[in-house]
Amino acid sequence: MNAQAVEHVDHDDHHHGPAKGWMRWITTTNHKDIGSLYLWFSLIMFFVGGIMALIIRAELFQPGLQLVDPAFFNQMTTMHALVMIFLALMPAFVGLANWMIPMMIGAPDMALPRMNNWSFWILPFASTMLIATLFVDGGAPAGGWTMYPPLVLQTGAAFPMLIFSVHLLGISSIMGSINIIATIMNMRAPGMTYMKMPLFVWTWFITAYLLIATMPVLAGAVTMLLTDKYFATSFFSAAGGGDPVMFQHIFWFFGHPEVYILILPAFGIVSQIIPTFARKQLFGYSSMVYATASIAFLSFIVWAHHMFTVGLPVAAELFFMFATMLIAVPTGVKVFNWVSTMWKGSMTFETPMLFAIGFVIMFTIGGFSGLMLAITPVDFQYHDTYFVVAHFHYVLVPGAIFAVMAAVYYWLPKWTGNMYDEKLGRFHFWFSTIFVNILFFPQHFVGLAGMPRRIPDYAVQFADFNAISSIGAFGFGLSQLLFAYIVIKTVRSGKKATDQVWEGADGLEWTLSSPPPYHSFSTQPIVK
Amino acid sequence: MKRSCITGGVLASLLTPLSVHADWEVNMPTGVTDLSAEIYGLHMAAFWVCVIIGIIVFGAMIYSIIHHRKDKGAKPATFHESTTVEIVWTVIPVIILISLAIPAAQALVKIEDSSNADMTIKVTGYQWKWQYEYAEDGISFFSNLDAKSREASARGSGIDPATVDNYLLEVDNPVVIPVGKKVRFLFTANDVIHSWWVPELAVKKDAIPGFVNDMWAQVNTPGTYRGQCTELCGKDHGFMPITVIAKEESEYRQWVAEQQAAAKEAAAASEQEWDMAGLLEKGQQVYNTSCAACHGATGAGIPGVFPAMTGSAIATGDINAHIDIVLNGKAGTAMQAFAAQLSDADIAAVVTYERNALGNSTGDMVQPAAIKALR
Repeated sequence: MNAQAVEHVDHDDHHHGPAKGWMRWITTTNHKDIGSLYLWFSLIMFFVGGIMALIIRAELFQPGLQLVDPAFFNQMTTMHALVMIFLALMPAFVGLANWMIPMMIGAPDMALPRMNNWSFWILPFASTMLIATLFVDGGAPAGGWTMYPPLVLQTGAAFPMLIFSVHLLGISSIMGSINIIATIMNMRAPGMTYMKMPLFVWTWFITAYLLIATMPVLAGAVTMLLTDKYFATSFFSAAGGGDPVMFQHIFWFFGHPEVYILILPAFGIVSQIIPTFARKQLFGYSSMVYATASIAFLSFIVWAHHMFTVGLPVAAELFFMFATMLIAVPTGVKVFNWVSTMWKGSMTFETPMLFAIGFVIMFTIGGFSGLMLAITPVDFQYHDTYFVVAHFHYVLVPGAIFAVMAAVYYWLPKWTGNMYDEKLGRFHFWFSTIFVNILFFPQHFVGLAGMPRRIPDYAVQFADFNAISSIGAFGFGLSQLLFAYIVIKTVRSGKKATDQVWEGADGLEWTLSSPPPYHSFSTQPIVK
Repeated sequence: MKRSCITGGVLASLLTPLSVHADWEVNMPTGVTDLSAEIYGLHMAAFWVCVIIGIIVFGAMIYSIIHHRKDKGAKPATFHESTTVEIVWTVIPVIILISLAIPAAQALVKIEDSSNADMTIKVTGYQWKWQYEYAEDGISFFSNLDAKSREASARGSGIDPATVDNYLLEVDNPVVIPVGKKVRFLFTANDVIHSWWVPELAVKKDAIPGFVNDMWAQVNTPGTYRGQCTELCGKDHGFMPITVIAKEESEYRQWVAEQQAAAKEAAAASEQEWDMAGLLEKGQQVYNTSCAACHGATGAGIPGVFPAMTGSAIATGDINAHIDIVLNGKAGTAMQAFAAQLSDADIAAVVTYERNALGNSTGDMVQPAAIKALR
């Protein structure tokens, strides 16, 4: 293997590019090809999950059941969450990591290219299996993405498919994470110490550890579900000496860090973009790193705040309340640092900056409702209502998804060598921002007024805000077609981008050509 | 096919004028107990803290966006770190959080103290109804979604939900409690996890099969308070509401006496002989409240999930096997055991109904005595 590699360098052409034809995409071990595969896959799944969301919002447009039956409605809520979390958002961040980490640390590629290929190619099979559950006897899983027993055990033929696809998605994530950690630890350019790494690299480094720590826990939990259903175990059945709440503890021990898996890379992206467009160095770099690490640590000791109503002992409720409230501190530090970076900068507002600013404001709104939810006695009123739905959608849609879009606009000229259409990009931002607020803000109100989540039909006093919310949903959904159009248009043509792309851009990726060479850094750059 | 159908439906509903009757409630109710008012206070305190922080942070950001822009000739400053500032904005939030956490902890300790209750009601969640048992007074009953709401909520029913009083929030048998008494609720479930929530009482607790949780409320004002199940529990999760009526002590005692008399009457019904018409009429009523949610109002079931009643091997086969599955349920499926839920007369009637309606016509007639013998 080694000898072969040496021979290859000695005798072959140094400028060899990608293989020709479609086999390139099957056999590729190139970080950029795999990054693109992840990102395209994620974009497709974003629309699949989006259609499910629109079916939900269409049914909720008016009280009464007009379009779907409750059983199918529950399949939609469950599948919408699984698709968006595991097939849209996570692959989007892994795709960005694949593209950007080698270029940001001055490496030619990822450390483990063959495993990289494998971790992507598991995804299409796992997701096909998951989505195929819609067509089996009894329909897709309908017990919520949280898969709580005993309800999830009532799933029909979809049940083993759900479990195995979760296993496969977990394997894919773990392999991706190992690769990211190995790359960051071993392939940084000379002079790039840990405390000189770009924040996107830092946040992904920490995220990868979170993934490795929690994915096996989820795999264990779903395996116990599998044996409970088919092999007569009783891990989660009181009748056999088990405890259904035990599942919730295990699930949320995965589930809460998972929330940060979805948001830490977003923090990293925003920390790259704001300094570029403020033309000013990021404020408080080291405090940003420490805050990220603190959030990651705290994410492991707050899981039971998802379970305040299951009947925990008072001492546990108090502990989880205090620990959860504490997360507001490092998160606040990050927000304050971003604002201070903007302060007295020299700002321009290209599309990536617009999305980054939108992220900071709307993620903070989601953070505020998160702080309110942390207060246990009040959570008794909020829990499992639309207030919670509004909260996590603020964090994940104008939070995580806006960050992914900011990243795409920010690096697309680097990836393709073409500038995107700035005017259309700004339209996309404003449409998305206006509609996302019409969509999710009223959900705070109906939640506080008493509307439970995951219901296909509701009492008439919730009708007006639900109608508004549904209009926002369709507006937001349609706006994303514009995003797909802009991306495809940029890939095909556009004004040529410079290597620097943005006036204020700083970092190794901007020293490469646009588009960058197939093997990013064939000679290591020196970082001073 | 499915997609075009949905698009058409969305268009149609967009063209229909909105049913207007909604109120524009934007906040949590203050509620009718001391603790619900305290929780409301905490909620508003946390809200205003967020508003103030929001004004400061977003204010600074907007100021910066307006003034520190390149097209206004702003030159970037070079500062990029300050340990002092970082410490300040770590310590101040910690202080704010502590000031929120202290009253929250105090409230929590009060909420979790259900000792010295004046009475206890056991609440059991079923797919998809609630059972209430008053141990001291020997009362036990099931509380189902009101028939009018059920009818209107069927897809394509053509009934405007706005014309139904308390749509989806009305039940056939409300739970009644006395005002001014500390009522302790015990929660458990029969099948999957449910959660019992009445916002005005600020009581939300999961009902978990095999475990018992508790929570309490002391209602100050007589009135009717409505809530819903808040833990996803399957198909009809959105259709198992809760109605609590708080009455003055004397009216409450009167209600208890009525319930006890009604229970005696129901017991008597199980002792008598019934004719076919009577069984079918009662059977239809029982079927609609206890069976139709899964097996369908017309007996069609849901293919792949819930078996059809029409032409079913059980409903047209051996009577005793049919009665057995109704009494004892079927392990490993969603089919519940109805032995403890329904009286002999109810089961006799529903079995007769299932064998002679919903497309079946076996001609069999089952008497309550036959059920009693098989119990």
